[in-house]
Amino acid sequence: MTTSKRPRWELTVLAYIAAFLMFFPILWMFLTGFKTEADAFVLPPKFFFTPTLESIHAALSRSDYGGHFMNSVISAVGSTLLALILSIPAAFSMAFYPTKRTNGTLLWIISTKMMPPVGVIIPVYLIFLRLHWLDNIWALMLMYTVMNMPVVIWTLYAYFRDIPAEMMEAARVDGANTFQELVNVLLPVSGPAIASAALLSIILAWNEAFWSLNLTSAHAAPLSVYVSSFKTAEGLYWAKMSAASMIAILPVMVMGWLAQRQLVRGLTFGAIK
Amino acid sequence: MTTNLPRTPARPKARGPNTLWLLGPALLVLIVWTQIPFLLSIYYSFQRYNLLYPNRRGFVGFNNFVSLLTDPIFWTSLWNTLVLVGSVLAVTVIIGLFLAVLFYQEFPGRALARTLVISPFFVMPVVSALVWKNMLMHPVFGLFAWIATSFGLKPVDWLAQFPMGSIITIVSWQWIPFAMLLTLTGLQSLSKEQLEAAKIDGANAWQEFRFIIVPHLAQTLSVVIMLETIFLLTIFAEIYATTSGGPGLSTTTLPYLIYLKGFTDTNIGIASAGAVFAVILANIVATFVLRLIGRNLQGSRT
Repeated sequence: MTTSKRPRWELTVLAYIAAFLMFFPILWMFLTGFKTEADAFVLPPKFFFTPTLESIHAALSRSDYGGHFMNSVISAVGSTLLALILSIPAAFSMAFYPTKRTNGTLLWIISTKMMPPVGVIIPVYLIFLRLHWLDNIWALMLMYTVMNMPVVIWTLYAYFRDIPAEMMEAARVDGANTFQELVNVLLPVSGPAIASAALLSIILAWNEAFWSLNLTSAHAAPLSVYVSSFKTAEGLYWAKMSAASMIAILPVMVMGWLAQRQLVRGLTFGAIK
Repeated sequence: MTTNLPRTPARPKARGPNTLWLLGPALLVLIVWTQIPFLLSIYYSFQRYNLLYPNRRGFVGFNNFVSLLTDPIFWTSLWNTLVLVGSVLAVTVIIGLFLAVLFYQEFPGRALARTLVISPFFVMPVVSALVWKNMLMHPVFGLFAWIATSFGLKPVDWLAQFPMGSIITIVSWQWIPFAMLLTLTGLQSLSKEQLEAAKIDGANAWQEFRFIIVPHLAQTLSVVIMLETIFLLTIFAEIYATTSGGPGLSTTTLPYLIYLKGFTDTNIGIASAGAVFAVILANIVATFVLRLIGRNLQGSRT
């Protein structure tokens, strides 16, 4: 990536303008979150104002913000943990003990991710209805686990495949069984793999809105459902809406910034390297 | 594939232990929660089944499909879906390509600027929809309205007058980073020598772009287009939080129609027939993606 020639300044300026324009709606929301309601809903729009924590405070104390935040944490982090527990052994076996069916299995796993959620929402809803799982955060967590497993398995698989198989063989010569290979040999060197799979999975689950809107209501609603309540007349409380949104998106936005590279690998299933 | 075989690393294939207990749980969970519900969708699509009249159930053959296909709403929603997906694809691929070329060069602060550009991708779709709808596109107090009036123009009620265009804008804003990031990754695998050689041969920036960069990117772009199509076919939250499918039917897409049929009309049969269509539509695209990924899978095993 080293270029000998200097960058052309016009193009650099253009890149900065593009960055500003793309980020502007987010910036505008952040600014509005620090305004009072009066400063937020006014013409002409205020670019300079006295920042206040009033709206953030109001958003946090309104209804049950903490509860919705916890629901987001439980569904995103819980589903990621569950997906990892199921996916690490699966990716391990496909990367180190491939069979004739491994490629087919891998492709089938992606194909489940390509199934549109609307294709299965009705039966899942009816099953949840029968089991009394509607508006239950653990049930939503289960759906997120299923939703993210293909991405997690593929991200792990791509990393595991680059680990020399000799490591496993050496361990086996020393008398390790498969389970010990997985725990004592693979896990200590898979920190980065697990971290990037986990980041991706948390981001996707945190932002998800189709399952959460249809399967939860007041009790188990994560932030995506809570924020969407601003779509009605409450949407005119711009400062509160912005403050609530800001806190809702910041955790995963920071994760996204950290996971830029892994994102490409994980979301393209290795089709772009 | 066969030509690659000699270079396959010596993975312990033959004496591999039975690994079903490692793979099994993951596969079982996926089968139970994706394949079985889909089979049920197919089953319901042949049933008369409305949650309001739970007793009037029964096999009705292709009736649900017929009433869906003869309903103009279905064709409108299908058309809207194609317009939404097609337009967002065009916008994101073109702007994404442009941005990728911009960020391919090194300049001071590039990492920060790139981070800012890709940030929209990490914003919850519900939040992006509401921020655009309220704070940017609001016909009176929105920023766009203010910009328009300060230039002496008449402010536009974007979501009322151009509902589909507005949704395309919001969704494109979210997906440009995806296209840009993937294209940039593709660009960075482009060999420097080729570009240098072209420069020595006297190629100008446009020729360099047109005859070297674009062909190299063809594969990357095809991946971007196919993956985006699969994700865009499921767009829901952006419509739910802004127009709720309206005004009229102007922004009702196939997923949104299925949602309306299933959860507003509680007509499980019709909604399931729509769901089967949605899966068929996605499968057509998925076949191409899977073929491409499958080819890569063979290649990367060398």
